[in-house]
Amino acid sequence: MFKKIMALVAVGVLATACGSGGETTAEGGAPASGGGDSTITMGFAQVGAESGWRTANTKSVQESAKAAGIDLKFSDAQQKQENQIKAIRSYIQQKVDVIAFSPVVESGWDTVLQEAKAANIPVILTDRAVDSPDKTLYKTFLGSDFVEEGKKAGQWLVEQYASETGDVNIVELQGTTGSAPANDRKAGFAEVIGADPKFKVIASQSGDFTRAKGKEVMDAFLKANPDIDVLYAHNDDMGLGAIEAIEGAGKVPGKDIKIITVDAVKDGMQALADGKINYIVECSPLLGPQLMDLAKKVLAGETVPDRVVTEETTFTQEQAKQALPTRQY
Amino acid sequence: MKRLAWPAGILAALLLVNLIFTDHFFQIEIKDGHLYGSLIDIFRFGAPLILVALGMTLVIATRGIDLSVGSVVAITGAMACLEISTLSSQDSIGGVLGAIGIALGLAVALGVGNGFLVAIVGIQPIIATLILMVAGRGLAQLITDGQIITINSDPYKLIGGGYWLTLPFSIIIVAVVLALMAFVTRRLALGLLIESVGGNAEASRLSGIRSHGLLIVVYAFCALCAGVAGLMISSNVSSADGNNAGLWIELDAILAVVIGGTSLAGGRFSLGGTVLGALIIQTLTTTIYSIGVPPETTLLFKALVVTIVCLLQSPAFRAKVFRSRRKPAPPTVPAGEKVTVRT
Repeated sequence: MFKKIMALVAVGVLATACGSGGETTAEGGAPASGGGDSTITMGFAQVGAESGWRTANTKSVQESAKAAGIDLKFSDAQQKQENQIKAIRSYIQQKVDVIAFSPVVESGWDTVLQEAKAANIPVILTDRAVDSPDKTLYKTFLGSDFVEEGKKAGQWLVEQYASETGDVNIVELQGTTGSAPANDRKAGFAEVIGADPKFKVIASQSGDFTRAKGKEVMDAFLKANPDIDVLYAHNDDMGLGAIEAIEGAGKVPGKDIKIITVDAVKDGMQALADGKINYIVECSPLLGPQLMDLAKKVLAGETVPDRVVTEETTFTQEQAKQALPTRQY
Repeated sequence: MKRLAWPAGILAALLLVNLIFTDHFFQIEIKDGHLYGSLIDIFRFGAPLILVALGMTLVIATRGIDLSVGSVVAITGAMACLEISTLSSQDSIGGVLGAIGIALGLAVALGVGNGFLVAIVGIQPIIATLILMVAGRGLAQLITDGQIITINSDPYKLIGGGYWLTLPFSIIIVAVVLALMAFVTRRLALGLLIESVGGNAEASRLSGIRSHGLLIVVYAFCALCAGVAGLMISSNVSSADGNNAGLWIELDAILAVVIGGTSLAGGRFSLGGTVLGALIIQTLTTTIYSIGVPPETTLLFKALVVTIVCLLQSPAFRAKVFRSRRKPAPPTVPAGEKVTVRT
């Protein structure tokens, strides 16, 4: 009985995910199509739609697949590893030509990736890495360097507070516990600020990359720690939620509490231009074209580098004002 | 009232932990003309959970369960924000009320659908509501087009993030709903009828209770509560997130109901217990943030506390452990139901 229920859930999740994914299959794709003919079929297992960043990423993948003439099968895992593994298994059964996915968390992928390897389907990781010791399980990893992003955030902080002699109290809003961006952004940031003992991370909790959680956690931080100088949020959305909490506490975000975030989505850039955020490290989601290129190269038998980094920059408040009108996401 | 002693004691113990480990936890001050403090936060962020759990209490009293409340939360939030985002002026009170009306109407319709499947078609509640739980998230994503809809509407902001007479508006809503429910179920016969349907639906029907209609009303009311909670959650951050709003709130709500002493076997319920149960869950969450439990161990910490709570709630367990201290009284309620919950 339980198994039946779970199967129902799985089918339902896939159905709803495909439904919301939109018109991704060019030929109206029968569910079992793919393989055999000349068009490339790609199975893409997305993390979810937890932030504006992710939505832009999804759009980029869908649009560039269409432009490249690749038949895309898209699924949304709603931030659950189980769902993603199920989606990848179904892609293997459907015999797609190539599988691409952004792992929800870093660990626990060996079994399902072995299955893909056994079925001779190449796997491309996008945006987030896996921690498997066996590097032959995937062809390449296309995405940002999260450690570097954390370091950039830390460097700005060190420069801003170079002349400060007292303690600098920092609170951190982490991403989803165990996810690569949360781990790496925390590590890169800690490495840079760790050189100077005046920087103190006085509280650090997970806000699950969402606005609602960002606000709730920041509210608790504000009450437990009356003296906060800096907020470092692992993405814009948590920062935006935290801004509301800070305003509710009668403080001025960007002035009383300096805010650093990562991502640079439109809502975040708007807050940066409005002076509510002080610095944003970009993490570009527009990796669709690069992904399609890599997929074609992999399927043509060309060798690809096992690590491809997306091009990224950083934004101050002035730069945000200039960049905002042309921001795509 | 004796039934409420255990949940109340647990809540007091949690607060005591905060009194010892968290500075300023019990400090309440006036900021910008409204109350401000950790205790207020617990009510403010706990309000949606209390509402959902209150609706769930009635459903569980009929020996049912509603897994779809999380999806209803997402759908109503998405619907309201979508409607408001199309208004020419997002601050127009009429437009916002219209959007709220449409969203809550949709919630009630979904609840009636649940009730129809359970009462008329005769599908088991866990399956009937599972359909909407799964499909509803897809529906919410369809409404938001997979995007996070950000709005900027002061009247809408009031519901979940605003204040009235220095109190968070969401608490006032909860208090009004609770008072209405207490009146209707305890001063009128409705509570008794619900309990009798939960005890034995067929016997109730034969004795003249319209159990089918009653079931539909109860599921519709549960969905309405979830709908209002959905408005609060989206209003609190001025945005609708079809994917994450209300995610797993159904499990927290069921947990709150069970901690509050309502039996999953149906037939009796306690509104006060449910409120205490929801407050325990929210206090636990706030405690974790305040005392700084590392995120990696948060779930384990929650699981431990919930296990202890459930053990203390079980008369059979208490009888065994505390036997030496006092004479074991025959359990007046069925021994602790087994529930699997994720907080």
